[in-house]
Amino acid sequence: MEETKKSTTTENEYLLEVNNLVKWFPIKAGFFKRTVAHVKAVDGVSFKIKRRQTMGLVGESGCGKSTCGRTILRLQDKTAGSVIFDGQDIFALSKEELRQMRPRMQIVFQDPYSSLSPRLPIGEIIGEAVREHGIVPAGEFDDYISRVMDVCGLPEYYKERYPHEFSGGQRQRICIARALALAPEFIVCDEPVSALDVSIQAQIINLLRDLQKEFGLTYLFISHDLSVVEHISDTVGVMYLGNLVEYAPTDELFANPKHPYTEALFSAIPVPDPDFKMNRIILEGSIPSPANPPAGCKFHTRCRKCMEICKHVAPTFKELSPDHFCACHLYNTAEENAAANSEMQKALAAIEAAKKPSSKD
Amino acid sequence: MAQEQKKSSYISGKESRRISRFNRKVMRKLENERFNANKDPKLYTTTMKDPNNVVEFDNVCTYFFTDVGTVKAVDGINFEIPKCSTVGVVGESGCGKSVTSLSLMQLLQRPSGQTVGGEIRFNLGDGTAYNIVNTPNSIMEQIRGNKISMIFQEPMTSLNPVFKIGQQVDEVTELHNPGMSKEEIKARTLEMLSLVGIANREGVYNMYPHELSGGMRQRVMIAIALACSPGLIIADEPTTALDVTIQAQILDLLRDLKDKINSSIMLITHDLGVVASMADYVVVMYAGRVVEKGTADDIFHHPAHPYTIGLMKSKPVVGKKVDALYNIPGSVPNPVDMPNYCYFRDRCEMRCAECDGDYPPEIRISDTHVVSCYRFKGEGEILKYPKSVNVEELL
Repeated sequence: MEETKKSTTTENEYLLEVNNLVKWFPIKAGFFKRTVAHVKAVDGVSFKIKRRQTMGLVGESGCGKSTCGRTILRLQDKTAGSVIFDGQDIFALSKEELRQMRPRMQIVFQDPYSSLSPRLPIGEIIGEAVREHGIVPAGEFDDYISRVMDVCGLPEYYKERYPHEFSGGQRQRICIARALALAPEFIVCDEPVSALDVSIQAQIINLLRDLQKEFGLTYLFISHDLSVVEHISDTVGVMYLGNLVEYAPTDELFANPKHPYTEALFSAIPVPDPDFKMNRIILEGSIPSPANPPAGCKFHTRCRKCMEICKHVAPTFKELSPDHFCACHLYNTAEENAAANSEMQKALAAIEAAKKPSSKD
Repeated sequence: MAQEQKKSSYISGKESRRISRFNRKVMRKLENERFNANKDPKLYTTTMKDPNNVVEFDNVCTYFFTDVGTVKAVDGINFEIPKCSTVGVVGESGCGKSVTSLSLMQLLQRPSGQTVGGEIRFNLGDGTAYNIVNTPNSIMEQIRGNKISMIFQEPMTSLNPVFKIGQQVDEVTELHNPGMSKEEIKARTLEMLSLVGIANREGVYNMYPHELSGGMRQRVMIAIALACSPGLIIADEPTTALDVTIQAQILDLLRDLKDKINSSIMLITHDLGVVASMADYVVVMYAGRVVEKGTADDIFHHPAHPYTIGLMKSKPVVGKKVDALYNIPGSVPNPVDMPNYCYFRDRCEMRCAECDGDYPPEIRISDTHVVSCYRFKGEGEILKYPKSVNVEELL
């Protein structure tokens, strides 16, 4: 099985392709629990991740970053779209095929306090999936676990201990060791450092980087801490209310943010320098409910560069310069503006038409 | 035996019984002392060292008597909060930041948590001061929310879900101003709500907490804290639970308000970026002790203590590319069994021969900058050694 894995890895430059992924959660109400509306957690997200690279996914809480990460791994079903992992559509796989795919993609969760079973010793937590998937023969099992623990900076004698005996940083190492034990190619890191202290954060970030170099891992790094994302990622996607609003290589994005939301987000990062007087762009209000997102561009309610067109027509996600994608009407060409204008007229007409009968009542 | 204890967290039955017996005795004694102190106002009135300070912490020791031993959460800290200024208290979790603020408010979980030594002087403005450590509850009730108020970390859990926002803000004003009529109280509440930037104040007055977003709830919490124009506001990680964009809003609000209402802010946080943008003075804590204090400029441009330097280097900064982040090796020592040398020695990369000796004293290296590290021994005036309380002597 090892060999077949390797032969496929050389085929494609991109390990993961996400095409127009949609995940809506139904809101049920009433006696019959009928679906009355949907929470549009992820509403059409597309990106590609190259092998051995890290993509950062940033955004405010509730913007759908975590849902996106979980749906990519098929930990929950999609509503629409596709996820192609190493040439295979994840959602087209049968149960058995998916089971065989599982060791190749792993996840590290946010909270190391609640994601480890309190009843299992560390060796068993790390080894459970290894045994289940038969990664190594039974005779080598113990050695293998020790080796994995050593790589993650955990002494071997921790094997017999239980999670409550460890600090937050050590637990996060255990979570990483558990993911790494299956020799995965792709790891979703769902806010792996946000529950940790600054000095421990640095240890975990360095560990993740070292492991990436050593094992050629690909990461999807979900975080709300922009400084951490800048440090670890090769490309960064910015999410707002279920949509990607901007996607570009890290250096390009931080030097030259295009979308007004990205600009505001970057200006809000506190810089540890008392003399630094920043041009802070304060966003008014808070993120709207994903159950009832605003019409047109979802960001228009808080945008300081909002135009009339933004209130009615959703902008398309397009490539502004090579590899730099952005969804904003500010960067429309003349033709696109004309098309959007005609669409706006249609939308306005529809609103007028809807108003008339109600005003007669 | 202490050596064995360090190696494993196992405690024998005999040892465990000894600890419980000791704790019972100590707690009973301290509670009695506190009860007696209440009777005589002389025991809890003092004078400030410097009348321009709102609060002075003088060798404060707050210990917790737990089943595994005495945890010295705060062990001999000294710092001042001057009038109309923001003091940032920085440190990792478990370093005693929150316990410091709880000691100041006398909100410790008694009887196991006790301030066993030192003085916390709170300026009353008329030349006298209360020593919060001995102040009886009846007087603390007049201080809490009125003269010192607190903004907690989680706006989600610190508002009562069954009362309307208006009622919760009214409550504070009503309690501390018994003479006010209902209309006046409501007018005051509405004024506070608009002060914290809530546009729809009449609407929010009649809402329940669950109808508001996290940022709005934190604004309401700030309105509650401001309701009686306190001299000191303690903000205990006010933005940790919030998003970056909302965090920027709240920090902006706090900065504006400080100038409007003439009060000091004690800002407790682990985010160096937040401290840099807010604080005039910074206090860096490590394992229950202050390792460095000074103005924001001192701390951020001339950090002296190896821990402060490490903390600065370990945080990735936007716009500064580094290959690998610096990380401070090791972890915080066990709080039950603190060493008698410098607490940071085992993690320190700049240690010298003297570090094996006693815990370093506070050394003044410039007018405003004080650091506890032997590296600066010849460079400044030695102020004082932090004094730990020997728990065995309490009996």
